[in-house]
Amino acid sequence: MYGYTGKLLEVDLSNKKINEIKIDEEILKQYIGGRGLAVKILWDRIGIKWDSINPFSPENILLILTGPLTGFFPGGRICISGKSPQSNGVVGSTVGGEFGIELKCAGYDGIIISGKAETPCYIFISDSYVEIKRASHIWGKGGKETLKTLLNEGRMMLQKNKLGKWREPAVLYIGPAGERKVRLAAVMSKLTHAAGYGGYGAVMGSKNLKAILVKGTGPLPEVFNIEEVNKLIKCACKECYENQALFRQWGTGYGGYYFGNVTSSEPIKNWQEEWHEEKSYSVTQFERFWVKRYWGDFGCPTTCLKISTFKMNSENIVSDNPDYELQAYLGTNLGIFNPVENIYLSSLIDELGLCGINTGNILGFVGELYEKGILTKEDLDGVELTWGNLNAFALLIKKIAYREDIGDILAEGIYRAALKLSEIKKKDLLKYTVQSKAIAIGAHGVRSGLDYTDKISYACSTQGGDHTSVAKLPLDHPNSELTVLFYDSGVVCWFNDWAIQKDLKWKFIKAVTGWDITEKKWYEELAPRILSIQRILLLIGGPDIKWIPLKDDENPQRFYEPLPSGPAKGRYVDRKKFEEERKEYYKALGWSEKGIPTSETLMKLGLNDVVQFLKQKINGFYLDSTS
Amino acid sequence: MGKNIWIARDYLKCSGCRKCEIACSLFHEGKIWPEASRIRIFMLFPGLEVPHLCTQCDNYPCVNSCKFNALSINEKTGAVIVNKEACTACGVCINACPGKVPWLHPKEKYVLICDLCGGNPKCVEECHEGGWDALKIIPKTVLGFERKNYKLYAREPEDVTKELAKVIYGEEVS
Repeated sequence: MYGYTGKLLEVDLSNKKINEIKIDEEILKQYIGGRGLAVKILWDRIGIKWDSINPFSPENILLILTGPLTGFFPGGRICISGKSPQSNGVVGSTVGGEFGIELKCAGYDGIIISGKAETPCYIFISDSYVEIKRASHIWGKGGKETLKTLLNEGRMMLQKNKLGKWREPAVLYIGPAGERKVRLAAVMSKLTHAAGYGGYGAVMGSKNLKAILVKGTGPLPEVFNIEEVNKLIKCACKECYENQALFRQWGTGYGGYYFGNVTSSEPIKNWQEEWHEEKSYSVTQFERFWVKRYWGDFGCPTTCLKISTFKMNSENIVSDNPDYELQAYLGTNLGIFNPVENIYLSSLIDELGLCGINTGNILGFVGELYEKGILTKEDLDGVELTWGNLNAFALLIKKIAYREDIGDILAEGIYRAALKLSEIKKKDLLKYTVQSKAIAIGAHGVRSGLDYTDKISYACSTQGGDHTSVAKLPLDHPNSELTVLFYDSGVVCWFNDWAIQKDLKWKFIKAVTGWDITEKKWYEELAPRILSIQRILLLIGGPDIKWIPLKDDENPQRFYEPLPSGPAKGRYVDRKKFEEERKEYYKALGWSEKGIPTSETLMKLGLNDVVQFLKQKINGFYLDSTS
Repeated sequence: MGKNIWIARDYLKCSGCRKCEIACSLFHEGKIWPEASRIRIFMLFPGLEVPHLCTQCDNYPCVNSCKFNALSINEKTGAVIVNKEACTACGVCINACPGKVPWLHPKEKYVLICDLCGGNPKCVEECHEGGWDALKIIPKTVLGFERKNYKLYAREPEDVTKELAKVIYGEEVS
């Protein structure tokens, strides 16, 4: 087998058992790695009892998976998955950094973590040596302190083994929010990288797992044709150097004023508007705080991250410069148009281990309820949440991370919090939420029709509001969830796809694995297979929330209201057209009109076991039902 | 010896992309193998990457420290060349190095030291192609003057990190 180590590390935290398991080559051929493999493992291990498993129970499995392209294709990432405490389905949440590379060099394609540790712990991996260590000294600590301590501690442990200067291990960790099972918590990597969608930081917290450290001293696994791989790396990098000028220079941060202005799709005050002309939000205003122009992860030619630093209230702020998403969600969406304040909130989010998109989304929601007088200063325990009020939003972020006062309700995430607040206020507040399947919608609105997203993008995505994995036709569109699924299973950065030739990725996977994974095979067989199981698990959902096909495959109410300003003023989502597109999308995937994979489609994809299970266990409710 | 070169580095330009490690290990090992790379990027403080590699000291303390005659100097480039058969991986050269740069091969029994790829270092090439230019080839003798500044780089990564963290981020690193 090429491109893979062929082994997974299994850690049972309840029984402190550590195992190595071999992965069947036939399974990898069908599910590749990352999100694809996650869906398969979850289906096999807990699919049968999916609806009864609380994502925070020891029965849930946390998956940390690489893919065959990790380390080879420019821009390595790692995929975090499991049953999501946001959607109750599966999210393949990927994050940059060297973790995937170190893990493969240590001899593993991934880690399966089950059970729950009795007391806070972290996992230390040094090649085949694996240890579960106490984490009481870092439990409760913020991101920067946690990372600094672990980089140091990990290195000290390694240093015992060999002469010379050991480097630090790669680290995945959670902040205080994850420890408190805040459903908006991210799994963090390096200083500011986050696997935000899905809420897997909270799953780590539920397992009493603060961090995972890994150092691998071996080479990356052998590939089918190393000369060809080397040639393709060079080719991909060259194309990125030439075609990614904007990202290389500014990251997606150039979008804060420019992109959002042109496409009119940037959230402002909880999506009440999607356009602004605030030039204080131009990238040059952010650039003033940068210390390094380029900052990237293993093998990345684009290096779109920038680092900012400044002092605020004698506090030393070191943060990544907010990308477009966080400029929007921790800026414009809160009525904040001041770069310093935006960077500050971004650093606060990282420090607490929260997902910037999901948190900025719920803050906007609360901001609107405050504006409308539905939530008062008393409801918010004294916080005056007017738009643009930095201190108020910062305070609310902390309350969420520590589950204090109103923060305890908001920590349940946008959907669950809205249900709870609706109950308290005896009003339907769900209509003010801008989410899909309890996952915040990324900062790319669909109303203007000028961004890459469509009417069905979030409503029909198997990853809810995830802006990187949107439903789109044709199925092989460069932005479609089936295309992104390739990168999430690869596991590499989708951003570099934009700059490279369309067929390069197929040549790449062939040169690495030696397998004949063609474009046709991917879009007609491999991707639909993974997506169908992912969709079924999403629909089974539970135990607290279950999605109703069609009814919940919906846009937020707000997207049906006309845009009040900007070049796209007056545009809105036409419900009839949306419903037509949704129908077309499900048809293209071989799903029923309700978006349920039909038994015929599943059989064609070789998923006979899925058909059998769904027919026996739940009386065929989910399959081929017309009622 | 006039054509001897060495590799200077600009820490602020290093993106931490580690393409230098990929290029180095592909050239020397035929594989992508970060821990077998002759150049290694340290990140001892979050957001602060420090490229760590040989500076070809004028007095070659590593070569002088070796009791097994495993290290020699390449006439053309000035690089330290490791004789894999003679090297016992004892580590004496590591301690002799002012920057503790040499690193034992993760699987074999010999030490890894930058050999300048015979005069065309792949890491520098890669770094330049990407437009970062964090690594630069400098002649050892410029206009007849011997270089004086290489020792600025012949330091342990902890020291470099400590000073840079203070200057760049205003952070104290213990």
